[in-house]
Amino acid sequence: MNNKSILTRQNIFFGAIFFAIIIAMPHFLKFHHQDLLIFLTVNVLVVCSYRLVTLTGEWSLIHAVMMGVGTYTATLLFNHYDLAMWFTIPMAGLVSGLVAVLLCFPLLRMTQFYFLIGSFAAGEAIRLIWIYHVGLFGGTSGLRGVEPPILFGIDFLDPIPYYYLTLAVVTLCLILLYRIENSRVGLTLHSIHWKAPLAESVGVNAWKYRALAFILGSFFVGIAGALKVHYIGSVTPNQFGIGYMVFILIWVIVGGYNKFYGPIIGVIALTVFDESIRSFEVLRPAIYGGVLIASILFLPLGLESVPGKLKAWFGIGRTRQEPPLTDQ
Amino acid sequence: MTILEIKNVTKQFGGLTALSDVSFQIDEGEIRGLIGPNGAGKSTMFKNIAGFYTPTNGNILYQGKNIEGQKPHTIAELGIVRTFQETTLFQEMTVFENALVGTHIKGRTDVFSAIFGLDKNKQKAAGEKVMEVLEFMGLSDRKDQFASELPLGSQRALALSIALVSEPKIMLMDEPFAGMNPEETNHMMDLTRKVRESGITIVLVEHDMKAVMGLCHYLTVLNFGEVLAQGTPEEIRGNDKVIEAYLGGVK
Ligand SMILES: Nc1ncnc2c1ncn2[C@@H]1O[C@H](COP(=O)(O)OP(=O)(O)O)[C@@H](O)[C@H]1O
Ligand SMILES: [Mg+2]
Repeated sequence: MNNKSILTRQNIFFGAIFFAIIIAMPHFLKFHHQDLLIFLTVNVLVVCSYRLVTLTGEWSLIHAVMMGVGTYTATLLFNHYDLAMWFTIPMAGLVSGLVAVLLCFPLLRMTQFYFLIGSFAAGEAIRLIWIYHVGLFGGTSGLRGVEPPILFGIDFLDPIPYYYLTLAVVTLCLILLYRIENSRVGLTLHSIHWKAPLAESVGVNAWKYRALAFILGSFFVGIAGALKVHYIGSVTPNQFGIGYMVFILIWVIVGGYNKFYGPIIGVIALTVFDESIRSFEVLRPAIYGGVLIASILFLPLGLESVPGKLKAWFGIGRTRQEPPLTDQ
Repeated sequence: MTILEIKNVTKQFGGLTALSDVSFQIDEGEIRGLIGPNGAGKSTMFKNIAGFYTPTNGNILYQGKNIEGQKPHTIAELGIVRTFQETTLFQEMTVFENALVGTHIKGRTDVFSAIFGLDKNKQKAAGEKVMEVLEFMGLSDRKDQFASELPLGSQRALALSIALVSEPKIMLMDEPFAGMNPEETNHMMDLTRKVRESGITIVLVEHDMKAVMGLCHYLTVLNFGEVLAQGTPEEIRGNDKVIEAYLGGVK
């Protein structure tokens, strides 16, 4: 409802510069870093879709596995039916969404801490299916052989074209996610987070909206899963274990989950940081952990809150949170 | 005409009986006072009516149909909306957004329409309804402030606005006057009268006797989960049992 307000001259100007940078970026990077850039772009979609799930105040531990559902879907469709990526990507989203629909019924009977643990258990159950159904899912060693498409003579196995493809899909998904959050649906999701009983008292079916957030989040992360596998070519159950889930949580929390762009800042900053301390080798996890603890201690609202804090520090303007959502 | 009928409602929490065989009826268009000492079961009654609790026993009939045990959002759709005893708002949202949530029943939309903006007209109507109610409640100047920034009187008015924009048939108001100064109380009494004049039946739980006596057409007195007495404010004022149980020290 407030798309008018974000299209200010200033925003368009900085937006254009930002896009110019991310489009020019791969040409200035080494091969290894081009890979990383693609994974980073995929991870941006992962954290933004996760944020949608958390809008109602429910944090899940199954998001990584839902991404895996998308990955396996794309892999199986490619390997068995030879479907092109244009089909596997939306199908991956749909199947992830569908699995989420089924999971809603047991999982969303729980809220808060119980939902967190329940979602973890459900995720592990799905991973066990991948591990024990060797015939279909390839067991612990997973599946391989997925390839990116060749179109108009462009081989998307090349990191640069594949990066642009990923960027396009992720940007489209982010626009959709942004539209959802800033619509009436987003308002309702927020209202459930802040005061579910009050929302229910005026007719909001909180269960239904929690389910909707979970299903939509799973849909988008399923797409992320497909994007990833078409580039790296293989999938194993361990890619979607609790380790990766913890990274998702860290990115979202360090970036700040109160704003749409918070998790994006988080995943970019931490990926760049992690890469920049590569030379410290064995000390790397310790440094990374230390920075995490520091950021949570000193920036509980995330990196996203830094500009506001700086402004307050130097007494520029008011620090009041800008009104989220709609205005007329 | 009876709009809401409470029939032999009992509500137990484990061993504690909060409501015991309570029956009363509410007519369309009245302001009914539901009074009684703390712990008498007034809020529990509201929660049973609004679907937040399911009665252990008994029935609740709205326009002649059983509604007990339905979910809160279903009851709200039928036209019964409660306000909360403690000031309950979306503190982190603006006044406008708070009230906008109240338009959910008419303004809700599906994801597809939300993404492609197909619900523009509906949202515009919802926004207009919100502004109309905020105007009515004297909150339109504050529409872009955060709910948490409002003084208490305005917070109460906003809580009422959220309920009002949903265009209910019955409003259950749980201690809307608590903590207000005399000026705010007078303002709120005027608002409550105006709400009733707009055709909404009101059930009012309140300790402020000036407000209760000034507003209500009829009173139901609860004590220890049972109906102690019913009558006009004058009758209740002179009822010995009530004076003993409730007004005792006050009079
Ligand atoms: N959820 C609950 N669990 C257990 N006891 C409750 C619950 N809600 C209310 N009660 C008890 O029921 C009785 C009535 O409470 P309440 O309806 O809040 O009283 P009132 O609103 O009239 O002051 C009190 O003794 C209270 O402790
Ligand atoms: Mg009470």
